[in-house]
Amino acid sequence: MRIYVCVKQVPDTSGVVAVNEDGTLNRASMQTIINPDDLVAMEQALMIKDATGCQVTAVTMGPPPAEGMLRELLAMGADDAILISAREFGGSDTFATSQIIAAAITYTGLNDEDMIFCGRQAIDGDTAQVGPQIAEKLNLPQISYAAEIKKEGNEVTVKRMLEDGYMMIKQQTPCLVTCISDQDSHPRMMSIAGINAAYKKPYTVLDFETLKDEPLIELDKIGLKGSPTNIFVSFTPPLKGIGVMLEGNDKKTTDKLASMLLEKHVI
Amino acid sequence: MDFSLTKEQAMLKKLAAQFAEEELEPVAAEIDETHEFPVENFAKMVKLGFTGIGVKEEYGGTGGGMLEKVIAVSEFAKKCMASAATLSIHLIAPHTIQDFGTEEQKQKYLPRLTKGGELGAFALTEPNAGSDAAGVKTVAVYDEATDEYVINGTKCFISGGARAGVLVIFAMTEPKMGTRGMSAFIIEAGMPGFTYGKIENKMGIRGSETAELVFEDLRVPASNMLGKKNGGFKIAMKALNAARIGVAAQAQGVADEAIALAVQYAGERVQFGKPIAALQGIQWYIADMATKTEAARNLTYYAAWLADSGKDFMCEAAMCKYNAAENARFVVNLALQIHGGYGYMHDYPLERMYRDAKITEIYEGTAEVHKVVISRAVMNK
Ligand SMILES: Cc1cc2nc3c(=O)[nH]c(=O)nc-3n(C[C@H](O)[C@H](O)[C@H](O)COP(=O)(O)OP(=O)(O)OC[C@H]3O[C@@H](n4cnc5c(N)ncnc54)[C@H](O)[C@@H]3O)c2cc1C
Ligand SMILES: Cc1cc2nc3c(=O)[nH]c(=O)nc-3n(C[C@H](O)[C@H](O)[C@H](O)COP(=O)(O)OP(=O)(O)OC[C@H]3O[C@@H](n4cnc5c(N)ncnc54)[C@H](O)[C@@H]3O)c2cc1C
Repeated sequence: MRIYVCVKQVPDTSGVVAVNEDGTLNRASMQTIINPDDLVAMEQALMIKDATGCQVTAVTMGPPPAEGMLRELLAMGADDAILISAREFGGSDTFATSQIIAAAITYTGLNDEDMIFCGRQAIDGDTAQVGPQIAEKLNLPQISYAAEIKKEGNEVTVKRMLEDGYMMIKQQTPCLVTCISDQDSHPRMMSIAGINAAYKKPYTVLDFETLKDEPLIELDKIGLKGSPTNIFVSFTPPLKGIGVMLEGNDKKTTDKLASMLLEKHVI
Repeated sequence: MDFSLTKEQAMLKKLAAQFAEEELEPVAAEIDETHEFPVENFAKMVKLGFTGIGVKEEYGGTGGGMLEKVIAVSEFAKKCMASAATLSIHLIAPHTIQDFGTEEQKQKYLPRLTKGGELGAFALTEPNAGSDAAGVKTVAVYDEATDEYVINGTKCFISGGARAGVLVIFAMTEPKMGTRGMSAFIIEAGMPGFTYGKIENKMGIRGSETAELVFEDLRVPASNMLGKKNGGFKIAMKALNAARIGVAAQAQGVADEAIALAVQYAGERVQFGKPIAALQGIQWYIADMATKTEAARNLTYYAAWLADSGKDFMCEAAMCKYNAAENARFVVNLALQIHGGYGYMHDYPLERMYRDAKITEIYEGTAEVHKVVISRAVMNK
């Protein structure tokens, strides 16, 4: 059994956020971290590994320096790592990103008992689309918002957290699960033994040459050219002015509030 | 000459920093207040492999050497000096057993110390034997009938002594011979005749317990002698020599953190209409603190490099410890000064760091003893 965990290296938004002239993020000038939801997905996979001894594979699409992040995931306990990286893949939006990741997983092989874990969403792009799109492109069932995942044989039981409660779902593998973080999710730290092994574990780079014969890889479906999303402008929204405070708990104050709301066509 | 860390060392630094921030910092003030050894945090150090640094993997260790110890200890010291002291001192026991133990002793004791969750301790000091280790009064008498040594005496100021599972202790096997009559032994908690006296109430590193150990007809199998009979003084000096680089790392970490706190505070504190960071007097403090701390770091790294390369490092270990400890007191003092009255308050970490930093000038050889070592090495060249 193998679990692919899709991880994205994202800019550390607690630092400086830099934007290029064309409106895209200037990723090179920013510190990077592992997308927080993806760390949770990795922890979920490692807990299943602890229980079953399955193989956990970290997968990312990104520039070559993303290797550092993959090595840290190997030091946490992942068994092997795959970096999908090529000029042709640059500038991909969610559609193209999921296309390429799906192709890489097909190329590497997805068996009946395997699963793919993603974070729910990346803190930079923030769309929460890549996971579900990978599932669609691989024609796999998908379960989103997973908080607990249990695997028995070829069946997985997932607790989905919803706004007003939770839902338990049973599903046959192979399938794709997107994971959410909450207060109770504490991704484990690396260990020193893990660090010692990190640069000795299998590490694969999948470039365009390797993947080009995959049916999902077509030049008009990958990279900037294959991305239906165009960024016309990116900007920091202007701050809204401070609100108006009305004080008092009498009828006069509520009347005033009602008339102000009426004036603004709120009621 | 290459000053860069390997990729693995850089990852270790990141892990140690994360551990210090997420696990050590949240309890640092509390254990200072309550004087309690953080049992859970020690267990977490074990789980992540910190307690096996410098010990071969075949004995349950996590490999690496002196530089790895320096990296981990100094990151810990940024957030909690007591925990940095605990790790640094714990490691003396497994390192000494690895260096001087028989294969049987290594098989038996190292896995317990590296990954088994047992704390290690190193007991040399006695009420009348501090800087002058030759003054040790604890005696070990051989009993031929049982092939055991019978140990009697008292040790004082032993870090972790009352919690340790495995201890390296020193006793006179030939009392008239002075330093040439001392032997080292491995003892275990719970051995009949081994009890604990008082736990000291200290100025700093209060989350590291300092205990009195009492040996009353403590019977230790002769096979637990570490190294040769009457060879204990050499073992003690070699062990302390290596341990000193760990103390320098403690001093390094607390100095680094003090600078970071001072820079941050100076940028935020406004007096006379501008942040005090805009005052040249404060800027020059920061420049002095940063320069001396960088110099101290490089001397410590150099001593660690000598140790890891198998070269003689006795003089450099003494130098780096003496210098880093003095620097820690200098830097923490100025950082507290930059904080003004707030720095003197219990609510700010500097007050604790100021008390904690002082120990680095005292244990594992005082500053004065280091000057003796250094001057001897330099003048006898
Ligand atoms: C408005 C907008 C602006 C954008 N600006 C830029 C830009 O400036 N520069 C730029 O390079 N791209 C930009 N993109 C592209 C965007 O960063 C990519 O589409 C990204 O690969 C995935 O989208 P997301 O961040 O929304 O991920 P989400 O869909 O939120 O991620 C969900 C999960 O999918 C997985 N995942 C996502 N991306 C990867 C990956 N690369 N490798 C492995 N797993 C992954 C992770 O498990 C993640 O938790 C932009 C996209 C949009 C919609
Ligand atoms: C918190 C703490 C933890 C400790 N942990 C341990 C431990 O785990 N194991 C252990 O074995 N010991 C431990 N010690 C003991 C420590 O190593 C000794 O306190 C230290 O070596 C000094 O010995 P002393 O206290 O007897 O001082 P003394 O030796 O009495 O020194 C008093 C003063 O005289 C000076 N002096 C002494 N000799 C000379 C000289 N030749 N030239 C110039 N000046 C000199 C000293 O520098 C000092 O200023 C610990 C001590 C403390 C405070």
